[in-house]
Amino acid sequence: MAKTAHDIVGSERFKALVRKRWSVSIILTILLFVLYYGYILVVAYAKPLLAVKVGTYTTLGIVLGALTIVGSWVLTVVYVVWANTSYDREVNAIKKELI
Amino acid sequence: MQTSLGQANWISILFFAVFVLITLVITYWAAKRTKSTAEYYAAGRSVTGFQNGLALAGDYMSAASFLGIAGMVSLRGYDGMIYATGWLVGWPALMFLIAEPLRNLGKYTFADVVAFRLRQKPIRVAAAVGGILVLLAYAIAQMVGAGNLIKLMFGIPYEAAEIIVGCVMLVYVLFGGMLATTWVQIIKACLLLGGVTILTLLGLSHFGFNPNTLYGEVEKLYSASMLNPGGLVTDPLDAISLGLALMLGLLGLPHILMRFYTVPDAKEARKSVLYATSFIGYFYLIIPIVGFTAAVLVRKEPILAIDKGGNMAALLAAELLGGTPFMGFIAAVAFATILAVVAGLTLAAASALAHDLFVNVFRSGHASETEQVRVAKLGTVIFGVAAIAFGIAFKGQNVAFMVGLAFAIACSGNFPALLLSIIWRRFTTAGAVTSILVGSVSATAMIVLSPTVWVDVFHFSSAIFPLRNPAIVSMPLAFIVAILASLAVPDKEAERKFEDEKLRTYLGVGAE
Repeated sequence: MAKTAHDIVGSERFKALVRKRWSVSIILTILLFVLYYGYILVVAYAKPLLAVKVGTYTTLGIVLGALTIVGSWVLTVVYVVWANTSYDREVNAIKKELI
Repeated sequence: MQTSLGQANWISILFFAVFVLITLVITYWAAKRTKSTAEYYAAGRSVTGFQNGLALAGDYMSAASFLGIAGMVSLRGYDGMIYATGWLVGWPALMFLIAEPLRNLGKYTFADVVAFRLRQKPIRVAAAVGGILVLLAYAIAQMVGAGNLIKLMFGIPYEAAEIIVGCVMLVYVLFGGMLATTWVQIIKACLLLGGVTILTLLGLSHFGFNPNTLYGEVEKLYSASMLNPGGLVTDPLDAISLGLALMLGLLGLPHILMRFYTVPDAKEARKSVLYATSFIGYFYLIIPIVGFTAAVLVRKEPILAIDKGGNMAALLAAELLGGTPFMGFIAAVAFATILAVVAGLTLAAASALAHDLFVNVFRSGHASETEQVRVAKLGTVIFGVAAIAFGIAFKGQNVAFMVGLAFAIACSGNFPALLLSIIWRRFTTAGAVTSILVGSVSATAMIVLSPTVWVDVFHFSSAIFPLRNPAIVSMPLAFIVAILASLAVPDKEAERKFEDEKLRTYLGVGAE
């Protein structure tokens, strides 16, 4: 049965989609904050820790700096994988009801 | 070491001439495909996610960050690496919070999104003010940096460099609109990523392709302190405030947000952020290696002898590793980088002047296509000429704070209003206007009163506002003002429209 725009926005399915979308976004944003500000706070308060050698010369600081960049990228990939599979499928299903 | 830096370098000029020639041919091709406003501002929404990802990277990776971070690492070691991480972390946040709703709700500018269910005129004026302040601060920093770099690289007088950059950039934007700007940014991103990759590989080849060996040489030559944090993060509050501005400021940069309208839909917008994040992340991962290579192979003294800020470290390393031709190539890439960034800024400013102010405020949304494109081109010329004039006026001035200012205004003025307009039902016109104005003005005032300007530029003995980066105060202030003003003067009409807007925000139904 075709539904009007108003029915869709009021439907439980649509509301669940919006809730899910922001839950995923907010969790990922919090992880990003923890990752980046965690790194900055370690730089600010635990400088000796960063000087610890993990290779003959490579320091833990260099590894953590690189991991902050790689970690940010990984979070982006997680979002895209979720959106491309779960979110898009649900969006297409709801859009079908509209037509 | 002997260097031919700063002299007329024919190889460099040849590379640069080839770049300009190719981009002008593209501009000619783009001009024939750029008639309507959607074509002028948004390349007819014909750009793919991959292309837009490269163009976003080209819009964002500036000569200042390439040459500046390499130089900072070569002189101060690990501190440069801490600084580099801050430039990437905005991209995931842009993806999680803004990218897809922005694409679905807007047409050409971020003000389209904020004004979607609110009163057009006040919002457009406030958003144009916030947007143009950001773009102007960003453009001044770019233009002054460009003049200094080009003078160092090619020995061309400062004023001539400003005029060359301004005029070539104006040709792209004026005739080729967004399509030409996009391709200039794509080519520049490929050249920059390719050039820095070659530079990194050539550098690492001296250390058996093992970064650990490189760090060992750094430690032997200087001391282990080069590999450890130094003076960059002394005040954690200031560091977090800078981090906030870098991260969330990206979500309020008009020239970046505008690029999302060049792709056909939200899914392509999503793809573009992933590609952009990948390219930019890779760039900031390898730049420190270039800096450390320069510190070992070139040594600090020659780098300092040419430029106190270390900006020529990457070029000196290129000359040592690949001879004068390779340095010429890298210098031409840096020049192309400046052109692409300034072109993006100018097009965004033109859209704020023409689309937000002229069409939606002075003409209440009614203007013919021909007239809109004509006014957009006029806006392009006005901002382009202003950028050249400010570039020349600020010659020799310390403008290091300008990029910080741009990010602080973007994060305090534009970002809160943009985010709240997407997520908060009870957000009102009064809330948006006060938030944009209070955020922009407070961020600007705090930077002027901070050590960055009050002490470093005006030479007063102590600053009135203690932090160098105001975002941690000015951004929450903008959010509080937005919420209080919205609650004080409720707008039932806007609340009702919010429900209709959702269909477009989340499903893309009705998106342009």
